[in-house]
Amino acid sequence: MPCAQNHGTSGGTRAKLRPMFGFRLAFLSLFVLLAACSSEQNDPYPARERGQNILYSAFTDRPKHLDPVQSYSEDEHTFTAQIYEPPLQYHYLKRPYTLIPATAEAVPVARYYDASGREMPGDAEAGAIAYSVYEIRLRPGIRYQPHPAFALDAAGQPVYADLDRNRLRGIDRIADFTHSGTRELVADDYIYEIKRLAHPRVHSPIFSTMSARIVGLKELAEALQGEVKAQAAASAQPGTPPWLDLDRFALDGVQRVDRHTFRIKVYGKYPQFLYWLAMPFFAPVPREVDRFYAQPGMAEKNLTLDWYPVGTGPYMLTENNPNSRMVLERNPNFHGEAYPCAGEAGDRDAGLLADCGKPLPLIDKAVFSREKESIPYWNKFLQGYYDASGISSDSFDQAVRLNVGGDAQLSDEMRAKGIRLLTSVRASTFYMGFNMLDPIVGGKDGVGAERSKKLRQALSIAIDQEEFISIFMNGRGIPAMSPLPPGIFGYGEGEAGINPVVYDWEGDKSTGKARRKPIEAAKKLLAEAGWPDGRDQKTGEPLVVYLDTTGGGMGEKSRLDWLTRQFAKLDVQLVVRATDFNRFQEKIRKGAVQLYYLGWNADYPDPENFFFLLLGSEGKVATAGENASNYVNPEFDRLFAEMKNMENEGENGARRAAIIARMNRILQEDAPWIFCFYPKSYTLGHAWLHNRKPTDVGNNILKYQRIDVAEREKRRREWNDPVLWPLAAGAVLLLLLVLPAFIGYRRRERGTARS
Amino acid sequence: MLAYLLRRLIYAIPILIGVNLITFALFFVVNTPDDMARMQLGVKRVTPEAIAKWKAARGYDKPLFVNAEAPGIGVLTDTVFFTKSARMFVGDFGRAEDGRDIAREITSRMGPSLAIALPTFVLGLFVTVSFALLLAFFRASTLDFWGVVLCVAMMSISGLFYIIGGQYLISKLWRLVPISGFSAGLDAWKFVILPVLIGVVSGIGSSARWYRTIFLEEIGKDYVRTARAKGLSEITVLFRHVLRNAMIPILTGVVVVIPLLFMGSLLTESFFGIPGLGSYTIDAIGAQDFAVVRAMVFIGSVLYIVGLILTDISYTFVDPRVRFE
Repeated sequence: MPCAQNHGTSGGTRAKLRPMFGFRLAFLSLFVLLAACSSEQNDPYPARERGQNILYSAFTDRPKHLDPVQSYSEDEHTFTAQIYEPPLQYHYLKRPYTLIPATAEAVPVARYYDASGREMPGDAEAGAIAYSVYEIRLRPGIRYQPHPAFALDAAGQPVYADLDRNRLRGIDRIADFTHSGTRELVADDYIYEIKRLAHPRVHSPIFSTMSARIVGLKELAEALQGEVKAQAAASAQPGTPPWLDLDRFALDGVQRVDRHTFRIKVYGKYPQFLYWLAMPFFAPVPREVDRFYAQPGMAEKNLTLDWYPVGTGPYMLTENNPNSRMVLERNPNFHGEAYPCAGEAGDRDAGLLADCGKPLPLIDKAVFSREKESIPYWNKFLQGYYDASGISSDSFDQAVRLNVGGDAQLSDEMRAKGIRLLTSVRASTFYMGFNMLDPIVGGKDGVGAERSKKLRQALSIAIDQEEFISIFMNGRGIPAMSPLPPGIFGYGEGEAGINPVVYDWEGDKSTGKARRKPIEAAKKLLAEAGWPDGRDQKTGEPLVVYLDTTGGGMGEKSRLDWLTRQFAKLDVQLVVRATDFNRFQEKIRKGAVQLYYLGWNADYPDPENFFFLLLGSEGKVATAGENASNYVNPEFDRLFAEMKNMENEGENGARRAAIIARMNRILQEDAPWIFCFYPKSYTLGHAWLHNRKPTDVGNNILKYQRIDVAEREKRRREWNDPVLWPLAAGAVLLLLLVLPAFIGYRRRERGTARS
Repeated sequence: MLAYLLRRLIYAIPILIGVNLITFALFFVVNTPDDMARMQLGVKRVTPEAIAKWKAARGYDKPLFVNAEAPGIGVLTDTVFFTKSARMFVGDFGRAEDGRDIAREITSRMGPSLAIALPTFVLGLFVTVSFALLLAFFRASTLDFWGVVLCVAMMSISGLFYIIGGQYLISKLWRLVPISGFSAGLDAWKFVILPVLIGVVSGIGSSARWYRTIFLEEIGKDYVRTARAKGLSEITVLFRHVLRNAMIPILTGVVVVIPLLFMGSLLTESFFGIPGLGSYTIDAIGAQDFAVVRAMVFIGSVLYIVGLILTDISYTFVDPRVRFE
């Protein structure tokens, strides 16, 4: 019995110990967890990357195309501009934007020829010039990044020339190929790429533009189309189409002079062609790379030029997972380039010339992570895990405050972190366009040109762009006076640059400022147009204007409500017809809109790239061009034809500026657009990120930037010390919740039926 | 059983054709092939010739359903619908509109989706069932009352709030785990822990309340009284008897979603930067990539059918009286 008693006691003790053991285990686990929480527990990058010369950035939309012949959007240029090298590039620091050589030895100077092939002087009349020829001489010794397409065997033959699905077994990435090689950049590579603009299987967005410019490109496209059809007819088996060797087809307008020199022949005089030569569309693509990727089984594994670009630039793409992260690493074969030693005024004070003459690139690697939402992006920037960030509307008030004068200043929180604010006006313009084919706002077959013009002018005055920028853009924009944003040749400063239909100049020439005309001026114009107080003076019917918009998005309703109130200032009714993007585009194409909202980002920094949006021959309805307002003014078209062929420098420069001023004046008077604003870009950069300068047209900016790695490590440690007490508090809270339940359970289990 | 499964699989074929037909019709009512081409080619410098070329290269230049000009069976087969749909039945999803292989994308994105969805599902089930049993155990008590109130409060809060609140507290303020991102290796745990935790917590309210109702219904039955009369502890009664008998309604809702775990979560993946199938679908809808949308709807339908079959099979395990007939 004592024994049994002892046993029972012992058993009872064990039973009591079990929950105690459980609690101890839980606390031990918690302790271990807390101990594991070191500084930078929230570091999203692998520990092996700490302390390395890596730039961390993010992207929101996955790039669709990395093939230079297709890549056109900013998201894509973030990568392609670091990898591919067209012959020319923009000077990183100088403004206005200046073209300098990239792989070329010099910026080519056009030579002009008449229809009979006779060379003409440089100042020849544009109308007499039949062809312009650009001769581009490449710097010798430039080499491609390591790539299996260049791998050669002992006999000098390509190692990977006869791949098929079987040989590709086990190969899923370019890095899985055992061998790689390189070779020198030659003129043929550029010629091959220009031919690819006409390739029937790739869709170059600039083919239509270039086929009207480069001699023979259209004919080449037709020949290639025929060949593709013949290939398809000959091949009974569906699957990978056979490789189309572009070297078998001639392109009259592009000629190889020698190993490092080639010529491009374009129709007429086209000075803007130089800008195209700074875009990735004109980056070299070697024939063997095209052939390599065309082998059977490659496309099925996403082993394409569109996925794995090959270039001579400072970086090469070593990891391509556009769903998660993309990594650029220093190209070991990069030909070398020095950091610029000259810039614009203020660059030296901003520290942008501190690295003058240093070999580029200054960063070894760049990791781009995909962030689809702005909140995680912003918070990771504040934690130091991104080196730079834009400012979304959600975080604007946290980052920036506007002083009385409307200038943006960093908030105290940002300054305390040493963050810098970079602002610039983008080479973009936003506008509300009137459809000039509409009987009311365009006057065509309706109220007449004069009445509709006054109506458009009245609405231009009534819609207060300054208020819009202040309310909806946090001041990130400046009111537009014409299609041309600051930084573009012909942009007018001061009193000479204002839109006199909408603004008055207040004060003297140097210190004065533009002031929007009072609403009474708009009402007067509206009355002159035949709608006093917003009603037709003959019928008494209210004037109703229809705005077509794609709608949707946060804050859209408040924006449209605001716009309705602007129209109401003139007693004009605004009806918003929101639709999806496709229907909106369709309406624009058919000219079934009255008023619409659009914007334009410059392809290159030339007024021609803005004015062509209002060129008669670009009418959307008539020619499916880019002139969505279907605006036609013969004088404007004539001036455009003259202006587009002129250079900015020398005697022609002054003449060109005068023509541009006249063109702006025509547009301001005719008001086919309500000029809304030029957006400002706000970028934040951490103290450790150096040499960052906003640029809109030159995208190959990564090579110039520098990271102070030690500073970054220090700040990250400071900012990311984990807060551990919530873990302990959570455990205690859980215990407090579980304990009553446990006690209740015990009580119920031990209680009698009566209790 | 085999005959039953075979029959169910045969029934699935017309369902899949129907789903495909409806997806196709709905998509092309909203988006013509011209719209798709414009979306892919961008808004700048798009010419009618470029659109025609894009459509021809992808076979969208054919009639949608009936090709009156084609000879013989080609009337039906030489159409956009047939050429884009028929191959999916043999697992060939073709290429996305940007030229990338869809099957390959799906394979690579399945892992990240499962890394979040599977632990969320298993842990969530365990936590909600346990919590519901606890409430059932303390039925009609203060604990039960406040437990139900908590459940109602939790189910009333938007999923987005849990995500943003969780990111703010745990990642931003307390700096315990990364706010977003993903890693395929052993580092994955630190990216997975927060979305899983949020997934589990956000699901407790509705699921626990539903399970509690099921358990309370079972607890009132005679066999439970008999079990208690035998002297079994309440824990044994709940876990061994009530839980087993309540499994049929639970399985009806649970097993069917198991295959769909592959599809990922649209919102969670987007906010946490998880490169899974949920974000793939969202991206495809945004980009009007019909090839991907079609493939994902098709796979979703197949997985749903598989889920229903698995549910039927699971009934036979929890209730031996159920037979395949």
